[in-house]
Amino acid sequence: METVKIKINNKEVEVEKGTLILDAAKSIGVSIPTLCYHPDQEIKANCRVCAVEVEGMKNLQTACSTQAAEGMVIKTNSAKVREARKVNIELLLANHNMSCTTCIRNGNCELQKIAAELGIRESRFDNIMVLQDKDESSPSLVRNQNKCIKCGRCIQVCTNVQGLAILDYAGRGHTSEVKPAYGMYLNDVRCAACGQCSTVCPVAAITEKEDIERVWEAINDPDKHVVVQTAPAVRVSIGEEFGMEPGSIVTGKLVAALRALGFDAVFDTDFTADLTIMEEGHELLRRIKKGGVLPMLTSCSPGWINYIEQYYPELLPHVSTCKSPQQMFGALAKGYYPEKIGKEAEDIFSVSIMPCTAKKYEAQRSEMKHDKKHYDVDAVLTTRELARMLKQAGIAFDQLEEEEYDDPFGISTGAAVIFGATGGVMEAALRTVYEVVTGETLENINFTDVRGLEGIKEAAVDLAGQQVKVMVAHSLSKAKQVMEMIKSGKASDYAFIEIMCCPGGCIGGGGQPYGATNALRQQRIDGTYRADEALAIRKSHENPAIKKLYGEFLIEPLGEKSHHLLHTHYTNRKRSH
Amino acid sequence: MNENIEKKLLTKRFGLIDPMSIEDYLASGGYSALRKAVSTTPETIVEEMKASGLRGRGGAAFPVGVKMEMVQKAEADIKYLVCNADEGEPGNFKDRYLMENDPHQIIEGMVISAYAVGASKGYIFIRGEYARPIYMMDSAIKAAQEKGFLGKNILGTGLDFDIELYTGAGSYVCGEEFALMLCIEGNPARSTFKPPFPTNEGLYGKPTQINNVESFANIPHIIEMGAKEFSKIGTKHSKGTKLVSLSGNVRKKGLFEVPFGVHLWEIVENLGRGVMGSIKMVQVGGASGPCLPPNLLGMKLDYKDFAENDMSLGSGAVIVIDTKNDILDIVRNTLEFFRHESCGKCTPCREGIVHLLVLLDRFILGEAEKKDLELLKSLIQTIELTSICGLGQAAPTALKTTLRYFPEVYAAGIRKNHTRAI
Repeated sequence: METVKIKINNKEVEVEKGTLILDAAKSIGVSIPTLCYHPDQEIKANCRVCAVEVEGMKNLQTACSTQAAEGMVIKTNSAKVREARKVNIELLLANHNMSCTTCIRNGNCELQKIAAELGIRESRFDNIMVLQDKDESSPSLVRNQNKCIKCGRCIQVCTNVQGLAILDYAGRGHTSEVKPAYGMYLNDVRCAACGQCSTVCPVAAITEKEDIERVWEAINDPDKHVVVQTAPAVRVSIGEEFGMEPGSIVTGKLVAALRALGFDAVFDTDFTADLTIMEEGHELLRRIKKGGVLPMLTSCSPGWINYIEQYYPELLPHVSTCKSPQQMFGALAKGYYPEKIGKEAEDIFSVSIMPCTAKKYEAQRSEMKHDKKHYDVDAVLTTRELARMLKQAGIAFDQLEEEEYDDPFGISTGAAVIFGATGGVMEAALRTVYEVVTGETLENINFTDVRGLEGIKEAAVDLAGQQVKVMVAHSLSKAKQVMEMIKSGKASDYAFIEIMCCPGGCIGGGGQPYGATNALRQQRIDGTYRADEALAIRKSHENPAIKKLYGEFLIEPLGEKSHHLLHTHYTNRKRSH
Repeated sequence: MNENIEKKLLTKRFGLIDPMSIEDYLASGGYSALRKAVSTTPETIVEEMKASGLRGRGGAAFPVGVKMEMVQKAEADIKYLVCNADEGEPGNFKDRYLMENDPHQIIEGMVISAYAVGASKGYIFIRGEYARPIYMMDSAIKAAQEKGFLGKNILGTGLDFDIELYTGAGSYVCGEEFALMLCIEGNPARSTFKPPFPTNEGLYGKPTQINNVESFANIPHIIEMGAKEFSKIGTKHSKGTKLVSLSGNVRKKGLFEVPFGVHLWEIVENLGRGVMGSIKMVQVGGASGPCLPPNLLGMKLDYKDFAENDMSLGSGAVIVIDTKNDILDIVRNTLEFFRHESCGKCTPCREGIVHLLVLLDRFILGEAEKKDLELLKSLIQTIELTSICGLGQAAPTALKTTLRYFPEVYAAGIRKNHTRAI
């Protein structure tokens, strides 16, 4: 390893050649503020907040883009640097809607944090922001131009990770903006509602559409029986909102917290994840046996469904007809559960806690209604919203005693937990499909080939003498590659393909706590597999509650009741823009 | 006073040949430098260019030979040449004159460069407003292709090099090299951070020699006369001639070619025949250049002289402003230009220039407070020190230099009592 010696604030440090000044400084405990920088993204160097003084250079250099070179003498806190940093932040504030106390990002805004760190007590410049309307057209996201600082993180994630380029710079100079082409509304362009933009935004320029108040209303309505389901990925991430280590498994605390909020019954989306495996596994087997359309594509990620409906509708016959676990749960909550507790469907208010913003869109699709009147899922809260709600209620999450989910949708398996990580649905399906087909017990249930953050993964499984090839992809740019493979016939020998919209799967979802990087996603993934291993039952078809549900209500996978409640259809939503 | 201080090198054919005729160019010795160049090695040419002391004429004044050497030594499957003819600096029209009057010497300079650095494809990026230069360069390229000075196996040397014209759509920032190259690649013109520099990662990520029109036009002359002869023109630190776009309140405006080392007053008095009234200030280099008071006109047209006064010579525009004009009005006009042309990428340029205007207006209206002066200075410094490219870094120059040389104008804009009326 070639190293270089540099001096930062009079302290000598030796770093690998090519190290950015930002990282070199960090290695000796010197933190340089950044705004546009994101460790997983291309260098932008446009906010200029990380400027430092490098001896011998006339202008200040940005630490996020300048590599340490032998003999460099760097000052990160000189008078020149401090003043320039302050002025640049003040300039951003002067074109920013500074309604911090009522802002959704109050307390976790990166601009606010830097302004506080720099000790900015007033913006010396007149605020010249021209107030613009918010774009609230999407059921998932809200775009607030008045907060945007043009850092470009959302553009990069939308373009490079998701391959959509819904957002880009428009105009130039002081009037430049970040917005969809031709200034169209988010809901009028081919946005997948994945919300990745909202997780990287340092301010509140793009956020989830909050549904907290509707949930409070339902909880406080004595006539409503309010049920809640929690997605697999939430249990390994919500701890972060309360200062816990990323990847901490907080399932029991999550249940206790929801009960403390006043929900009448706390259920687990993992239960319907197991149900999904039963239905989807059997659908796969039927397609293989009866010559159905293959490869079959998973259908549990609503951002992915938004994508294929809008970009590759010709491939919709490949998509499993199974509803997502959220919607299967919703269908049961309104179509099975009321009878069990002696209530009417309209008395039930069903809430889901999701790592996802696209779930908000999914929940209000017209196909997702019970008896054409009531939505199966009445409100979707992201992980971030739930954390806010808990803080509103003054619940000290990290100090709660662990509690158990309620019956009848509370028991789940390890197969369901791993739905939250990329490759998880595939692995869960393989655990069940293998045993259903072969009738034998699977020796090694860990399909490690399909795990991890690599973009496209493959595996082959021997099913009673028949080699079945499977593929796993996450993020929409990778989904696009897979779709092109299918279109060109290069994927014809694959039977089953899992696609997740977000990088890393649902644990990297657009509704997850802020600050996600690939390193942090890996920690959440690790938590997910630890949770799987900690469970006694790790195969969906061995879930006793699932067996009971089939025994007394659904009768069999792909049966008439399943068809009615648990399966759906898709729509060609392709348009020119 | 009437002694002719001009030195015609790049402009020597102006008016004497038909610029549309390659035969005229050939008859006046054209393309002989190219023949001479290809008879030696690329290394020799680079050495010659370094020895000549030629510095980039676009404004940054980077030694052309050094740049060529970097591109020559960079390893890549393809290298590019870009001629920056996006002459957008207000007050500058030298590149237009070069393209309109002697287009072939630019092409010849580019072919010699291509041979020296190993480039196989060249672009001439001309600003969209330059309809006539676009037409003339296009015709000249076609004529050179027909005569075999461009294309495959140039002059039987095995050198393959061709030039494509690319026109902008009127954005000033396209004159910034990275924005220009992004524009050729089909992207919006926005600056980006450096390093890497174009010599390593330029157009399409490949090593690129990007130079101004005037820089390329110098090359055939250096090869023709030899670095030694060439470096006799000018001063110790500034070699050769400089094209000067003279405008403003002088009696005679126009393009002049002078050797480095002439005094600014000579340009104004001798070439421009002076002003009708009295001079208030002279802006050198264009809108992004410094505004000098009359007592500094003893400065020489010399990189070193300017650097010692913490200024840059820019691209050689000289705008003479007489006492009938209001300084703050002119500064405001300059800033308005940069506000309009900022690409919007980086914070200080995008947001800062607007506030320079907001603050300046307080002085113009006589409503400024003392602290506004401090804030103005701090903002100028931040924009200069942290803007991502030359556009932002140079945007406050007129403001900064007028603050330095005409402080009384700003002092007059400060309210006498301490509170501002609401």
